Amino acid sequence: MDVFGSFALLLAFICAVYAFGGGIAAIITRHPLLVKSTRQSGIAACCLIFIATFSLEYLFFTDNFSAAYVVSHSNRALATFYKVAALWAGQEGSLLFWSFLLSIYVFSVLIAYRNKNGELMPYVGVILAGVQIFFLTLNNFVASPFKALAVPGANGAMDLVTRADGNGLTPLLQYPEMVIHPPNLYSGYTGFTIPFAFALAALLARYPGEKWIHLTRKWTMIAWCFQTAGILLGAHWAYAVLGWGGYWGWDPVENASLLPWLTGTAFLHSVMMQEKRGMMKVWNVWLVFATFILCITGTFLTRSGIVSSVHAFAQSSIGSWFVGFLIVIFSVCLVAYLKNRDYLKSESQLDAIVSRESSFLFNNLILLVSCIAVLSGTLFPVLSEAVSGSKINVGAPFFNKVNVPIGLFLLFLTGVGPLLAWRKTSLESLKRNFAWPLIVGLVAGVVIFALGCREMYSLICFSLCFFVTTTIVMEFYRGAKVIRVRSNASYLTSAIELTMRNTRRYGGYIVHMGMVLVFVGLAGVAFNQNVQKEMQPGSSIQLGKYKLVLQSFDSKPEANYTGLRLNVEVFVDNKPLMMLYPERRIFETNGETGTMVAIYSTLREDLYVVYAGQNPDTNLPVIHAYLNPLVKWIWFGGVIVVFGTLVALMPNRRAVLVLSGAQQPAPEPLVHGMTPSVTYREGHD
Amino acid sequence: MKKQAKFVVGISVIVVALACLAWLGYGESKTYYHTIAELQSLKGAELTHRMRVGGTVAPGSIRHFTGRVDFVLEGEGKSLPVSYVGSDPLPDTFVDKSQALVEGRPTDGRFVAEVVQAKCASKYEAAPGGTVATSSTATK
Repeated sequence: MDVFGSFALLLAFICAVYAFGGGIAAIITRHPLLVKSTRQSGIAACCLIFIATFSLEYLFFTDNFSAAYVVSHSNRALATFYKVAALWAGQEGSLLFWSFLLSIYVFSVLIAYRNKNGELMPYVGVILAGVQIFFLTLNNFVASPFKALAVPGANGAMDLVTRADGNGLTPLLQYPEMVIHPPNLYSGYTGFTIPFAFALAALLARYPGEKWIHLTRKWTMIAWCFQTAGILLGAHWAYAVLGWGGYWGWDPVENASLLPWLTGTAFLHSVMMQEKRGMMKVWNVWLVFATFILCITGTFLTRSGIVSSVHAFAQSSIGSWFVGFLIVIFSVCLVAYLKNRDYLKSESQLDAIVSRESSFLFNNLILLVSCIAVLSGTLFPVLSEAVSGSKINVGAPFFNKVNVPIGLFLLFLTGVGPLLAWRKTSLESLKRNFAWPLIVGLVAGVVIFALGCREMYSLICFSLCFFVTTTIVMEFYRGAKVIRVRSNASYLTSAIELTMRNTRRYGGYIVHMGMVLVFVGLAGVAFNQNVQKEMQPGSSIQLGKYKLVLQSFDSKPEANYTGLRLNVEVFVDNKPLMMLYPERRIFETNGETGTMVAIYSTLREDLYVVYAGQNPDTNLPVIHAYLNPLVKWIWFGGVIVVFGTLVALMPNRRAVLVLSGAQQPAPEPLVHGMTPSVTYREGHD
Repeated sequence: MKKQAKFVVGISVIVVALACLAWLGYGESKTYYHTIAELQSLKGAELTHRMRVGGTVAPGSIRHFTGRVDFVLEGEGKSLPVSYVGSDPLPDTFVDKSQALVEGRPTDGRFVAEVVQAKCASKYEAAPGGTVATSSTATK
């Protein structure tokens, strides 16, 4: 199967090269058969990559310990579930997995648009094939996952060997999230290839702006959705597995995943400027380019180990390949831009500082500043060494100082932006739209201050959350009211109807609402408490309202590991609440240990208990307990964000009512006191 | 032109404010990477920097005391005595001959570390091009 797999990869490489070279020829000659054959070659390359990936999985499932990659990342006792995840446990598999996910996208695009966008698709095909060629080069010639296990034999030559069992999967990855987090994140990374290909293709082909923007936006949203889910799942994994009580440590690998997310988010907003006003075309194209470049940079940071990280101290030669690829992409983008920049001329200008345009402008500005800050902070050791010769690292305070105010400003814009009118906003409309949200936000701020919150940033954050929530609720209420007047349905039904009629606008609001919930959770971090204590059976820790009593500790042999477990009883007001079982797992195959954190999670706070280790002198267990308020809101908010994105991706329901209504002359009597535009500005967001 | 000026002012205010914050955060959290050999040639203000030093834990050198753990890091033929004073238990990967990264400041000939990261020498994957070695962190 290993020969089969590597052969499939080689064939895929050849097909991709044909799709690339033949594609360029097809663009020049416009020969229909050539166009068709290169497209089919592209599809074939994808199918061959699927086959190669499945054959690697087959090696895992059949416990084939003659393959080096399988030996390194699996063993017989490993649960089936984790044998799937073992695919992306190491360098070679991860890169194959990148190719695999990219192929799913490429396959979908080539099939879905085979009879559409005839002018654009040959370019798209060539660009996608180019990206595939790079990864297939790595898969085939640099980091092949199908290498046979070999040891130097007696005569100096390498002898093939088969081991009885493998080294096992690293315990940090033996956690359910690790099965779904990397596919999500990688789907995000790879997904941004599609908008990139469309943007670059449109620029090269000088394709009409509205069309490519529409295509690109949809694919960006899909990738963005995966990226968001991936980042949050990663944060949850860090929280639940690494056992340090936090979810975000500004680790290089985490930062790498945030960077394309920031530019992708900026693009999803600024693209509306182009759709509505024909502005910021250069900016948008470069945002798409930057997002893709950052995706590759992210993969490069993760895989090359250029910046040491908790995730992987991977040191390998693969870095230079990525640097080369990045230079190629950047040069191609730059040349394409310089050659066709007249095609990107702006059609209008900024009119007023209080307008939708300017809110997008500021949104983009600070997202970009955040991106630059995170990028430079992440690369600081490399940059400082190059500039001054001494390697300097910057830590969490640097990232937090810049990004916390940025986050709050973004939250503010989330509330304000969508309600500002295009071009110029009148004072009356400001009053009408913001009077209530401002009052609610301020009152909430005062109440929370009175309740004892003295952390400035958290206070501002909570206050803004109320402000934004009110603006969103008011938007739904206004729209639903208009529909309700006509259909007599309930508010909820009307709100759903409203959302379905303009999925993009209201889906966007749902995403904003999700982000508000995430921010509520993030603001909780200012009130974290923790305590650490060496425990004897019977001794206790008091943390907030919780009292933790260690009842006993035991060890339990399992198939793949031995679990050392603490039985901790939790009391509230001296009444028993529940048992928690923080655990340490010792894995037999490689002697590594894993931490299983015990979390009691409520909307109010998480009680987070870690078996931190043993005191070597007394052999007594050490418990580290954290009280983290509001963390659950982050995960909940994430679910809402993903849901909102899916809503925004759905096509609009044709609204019979609204269409007929649009022909009637006077809507005012029906929507007394409300903005009549709510119903009529369909597609306006 | 007046409109444009407003935008320019707005944008500059934001960028300058954030740059100031970044500078503050940088001053607060910058940490210098040094090798053990370099550490001995540092002088004056350089010695008061917060720094990170990497090396291999000398076999048999780990000794536990109340409130601190002493060990010796080796690298490039030099050695460095370290006292770990952080409150978290040391990571499981921290054993004899493991590679460790310590963060803190040198004081009176010893390196006082508040953070220790360690990764175990991976068994099979020591070859170049090999990958994921796990690491864990202990922080103060």
